[in-house]
Amino acid sequence: MTAAIRAATLALACTGLLGGCLRDLDPRLGERHTVPGGKPKEGPAAIRAYGCGSCHVIPGVRGARGLTAPPLAAWSGRRFIAGRVPNTPHELVSWIIHPQGIKPGTAMPDLGVTDQDARHIAAYLYTLKE
Amino acid sequence: MAMRSPSIRLAPSLAACALAGCTGTGVQDVLAPAGPQAARIAAWFWFSFALAVAVFVAFAAILFWGLFRAHRRHLRGEDTELPDKHGNRLVIWGGVVIPTVILLALLVFSAYTDRMISRLGRGPGEKPLTIEVVGEQFWWQVRYLDPEHPHREFITANEIHVPAGRPVRLLLKSRDVIHSFWVPNLNGKQDLVPGRTNDLVVQVDDPGTYRGQCAEFCGVQHAKMAMLVVAHPPREFDAWWESQLRPHAPPSDPEAARGEEVFMTNGCGTCHSIRGTLAKGTVAPDLSHFGSRRTVAAGTLPNTKGHLGGWIADPQAIKPGNRMPPVPLKGEELRALVSYLHSLK
Repeated sequence: MTAAIRAATLALACTGLLGGCLRDLDPRLGERHTVPGGKPKEGPAAIRAYGCGSCHVIPGVRGARGLTAPPLAAWSGRRFIAGRVPNTPHELVSWIIHPQGIKPGTAMPDLGVTDQDARHIAAYLYTLKE
Repeated sequence: MAMRSPSIRLAPSLAACALAGCTGTGVQDVLAPAGPQAARIAAWFWFSFALAVAVFVAFAAILFWGLFRAHRRHLRGEDTELPDKHGNRLVIWGGVVIPTVILLALLVFSAYTDRMISRLGRGPGEKPLTIEVVGEQFWWQVRYLDPEHPHREFITANEIHVPAGRPVRLLLKSRDVIHSFWVPNLNGKQDLVPGRTNDLVVQVDDPGTYRGQCAEFCGVQHAKMAMLVVAHPPREFDAWWESQLRPHAPPSDPEAARGEEVFMTNGCGTCHSIRGTLAKGTVAPDLSHFGSRRTVAAGTLPNTKGHLGGWIADPQAIKPGNRMPPVPLKGEELRALVSYLHSLK
């Protein structure tokens, strides 16, 4: 009986550890997508102000129906930004501020996004799940 | 993400609207007159509204009084029929005399308002500025006239700049479809009909920006057929006019210079014109000083680099049916073009 309880506890602890590991491995399960200083609620207003929606489809943002650039639905599950750099908060914020720095020749213009607004936009995009 | 239903989101604004009597809530508002013409219309509106409320209240009061009285008489077993003499009097007064007086009052005030509006800004001593507004199916062409100095005339699009405190006579024409010109804060509606010229005088009391909207169904993008009236202090207006006449300077920024090359080599100039360049098209809006415009696509979107880029890359996605074709550009060309257009100030 005691052995069975011990085994069960061990199994539980293992699952917990494994869960912790998975959390580190899979961004969808963890906090890897937290943008320091970014408030997701402020995102949609900033997205509208800069006009991102004229090129991108962005769920939850009024009027964001553009087909010029990739749709941003389920953004939190995307692996790469611009098919080039890993989808991490740091890379996403710098991509929003200065796309040419990451992919010269991209059609995405520098919109003059401030660091703060870029953080809000990034934080909002990471709330987009499948 | 949980979306609140539109009715819930609308409720507070509707309540606020009802409380505030819908005045001063935004850029487009019939009940917030910004000039003498609109003030006359608003006065007429409040007069007829007050009259309607008075009629409604009086009618409801008499109706309830009658019902209660008849009910009481019925309970007492008395006769509830009105004597013929009283009935006739009620019909004559309530059905003929009072309505005639009320309708006459409305008619007189309405005719008076109309007369006053049509006189405003047309007196012998008044010299209104004349601006020609030509409605195109998807945008507005605005031509600033100066009959004494024709070389000082120029054309812009989608924004009508006027001096505050001075009457402005708008000559309204249309090239293809019928529109109705309506800037609610300034005056009533006036149609733009192909083949004829209508006119409308507006006067803006205070500097500011007032939104206008086509008020007659003009085709697939009727809802996105807006324009702005921008009123400047008189001196600033003169300076603005001068700035419009200044010749186009080649862009100093290398990206904008590249954008100008993209503009000229991709045939944009066949439809659009930019004063001082080889671009002389008249089919589409004039783009001289485009960088200082507030909106893209006739009031559809704010003029930011993002919206402008999206518009150039795929105009049909933003305003389906309009005559601008998508132009196949490379990413780098698109960015340069956006920079160039924004540099035109």
